[in-house]
Amino acid sequence: MSAADPTANLPLAGALPEGGEGYRSGSMWRLILAVFFENRLAIVGLGIILFMVLFSFVGPFIYRTQQVFNNPNIAHLAPSLAHPLGTDQVGYDNLGRLMLGGQSSLEVGFAAAIIAVLVGVIWGAVSGLAGGIIDTVMMRIVDAMLAIPFLVALILLGAIFTTSTLELIVVIGLVAWLVPARLVRGETLSLRVREYVQAVRVMGGSTRRVLFRHIIPNTVGVIVVNATFQVADAIIAVATLSFLGIGVPPPATNWGGELSNGLSYIYAGYWWLIYPAGLAIVLTVVAFNFVGDALRDALEVRLQRR
Amino acid sequence: MIGYMIRRVGQAIVVLIGVTIITFILLHLLPGSPVRAILGTRASPSTIKQLNAELGFNKPLYVQYGLWVWNLAHFNLGFSYKLNQPVTALIGQRLPKTLFLVGSSLILAVIIAVPLGIWSAVHRNRADDYVLTGLSFIFYSMPTFLLGILLIILFNQTLNWLPFEAPQNQTYPWTDLNGMVLPVMTLTAVTVALFSRYMRSSMLEQMIQDYVRTARAKGVSNQAILMIHVLRNALIPVITLVGLSIGGIVSGAVVTEDVFNYPGMGLLYYNAAVSDDFPTLLGFVVVVALATVIGNLVADILYAVADPRIRYV
Repeated sequence: MSAADPTANLPLAGALPEGGEGYRSGSMWRLILAVFFENRLAIVGLGIILFMVLFSFVGPFIYRTQQVFNNPNIAHLAPSLAHPLGTDQVGYDNLGRLMLGGQSSLEVGFAAAIIAVLVGVIWGAVSGLAGGIIDTVMMRIVDAMLAIPFLVALILLGAIFTTSTLELIVVIGLVAWLVPARLVRGETLSLRVREYVQAVRVMGGSTRRVLFRHIIPNTVGVIVVNATFQVADAIIAVATLSFLGIGVPPPATNWGGELSNGLSYIYAGYWWLIYPAGLAIVLTVVAFNFVGDALRDALEVRLQRR
Repeated sequence: MIGYMIRRVGQAIVVLIGVTIITFILLHLLPGSPVRAILGTRASPSTIKQLNAELGFNKPLYVQYGLWVWNLAHFNLGFSYKLNQPVTALIGQRLPKTLFLVGSSLILAVIIAVPLGIWSAVHRNRADDYVLTGLSFIFYSMPTFLLGILLIILFNQTLNWLPFEAPQNQTYPWTDLNGMVLPVMTLTAVTVALFSRYMRSSMLEQMIQDYVRTARAKGVSNQAILMIHVLRNALIPVITLVGLSIGGIVSGAVVTEDVFNYPGMGLLYYNAAVSDDFPTLLGFVVVVALATVIGNLVADILYAVADPRIRYV
């Protein structure tokens, strides 16, 4: 949340120990990773993410369930040995459903984050590098779009566009690219006056080379941190849209859809349709936030080692 | 200072114009035309053409935009054919309710989050900090609607203390405070999670500054350093945060109003979105964008007042 610090690309300065205990000298990334893995929450977060990925994508091969044809005869069964998390309103096994929903939630989360970051990085870097009137116009566009709150924009686009998972991904990505664009532009402004960029220019390097070989690689720290939070935000966004009934229609499913579906039975006491999906969302988002925070701490130097 | 403010206000106006252009273009590029939305799916092409001409939708886009902005300048946001009312009236009825929800949550959130953030920062990396930070992570990571539902399950279903719904028919929601407890609690909790994390890192950032070392060297007590020197400086970024988080809180309010069926602007917007009520959508987006831009503007100006160093940037 703190402002992008231009020194964030020089982790050596702060990551170096002040007293006694030392890191072995190594590359910049080794040091960042060393700081990152010192953070216990980050390891917990990584563990949860890994678990969720395995659960969703490998789980269905181990725990095989019928998720294509429904069977109303076994609808709303309470958890038992045959169905560890019970069954939903059309007789799908809830644990298997949770795996399927996880695939979709994670896919949308990652894909939307990738789109948002790609668009944002290019927009921000071009804007910052171009400067002048181009920069002003590009950034005012970002400002204007940022004035429309995230969810408000999502509801507007979602209500009209989302009929498939792919559209959902594009919609979220196209609303979420604004923040990375701003961050990267800020970084670019401080990077473009560095000596090595001037050196490339003097040696006759093209603008494209400066952009793709020097500016963008140097903003990777900021980008990675932001992308982590983007995944978390996208998972929440998907869930919220599903709750509002403007998510992906059935038979496609995701954690948000399962959760909001379970909420219809809140007064019937079918808790197994609510808590597992809710827990899956919260755990995954918490995990991404843990990792994002730890990455930011590892890249940001000022708070380290004090 | 005056120069800075003028420049900043000019920038805000440019942004607002940008918002109206973007929203307008967006709504007109989307599938499902406004006339189709009024007449329904079985309208004949000739009827559609006629109503298009009557409502001016056959004019070039820039003429339509000009007309719309002209009306906007006269506080005329158009007419909702779905609800058969002027959009200004619709928003006028609901604005106080949303302001009440958002305002009380925001004030409560600041009152709760600042002490929590200080406590966390002072007790950094001790058990209570871990508990507080962990809780704020959980609330921050929880979709707003899930939090609302969990509160309903706890306080309505299990304990039976509070109604599951926000006040429905009263013009003034503060006449039924019982019903407002859960919606306000939901929105406050989400906001506190954000603010307290921010307050904690802001405090930590100030606690390592040189002036703290100087004060300590002079023999100022820890309490005084914290409350007089650190807190004042740590609060400055929080001013900005409150201004910048208007958009996020409006997002939260939209969901909260949906969960508790609270007839404010958020519910109006949601219903407009699912029923293709274009004038209402447009009106809401403009009002919210205005609020966001003003929030940012006030935050920036207050920031400049509180911290003279940034004026000349």
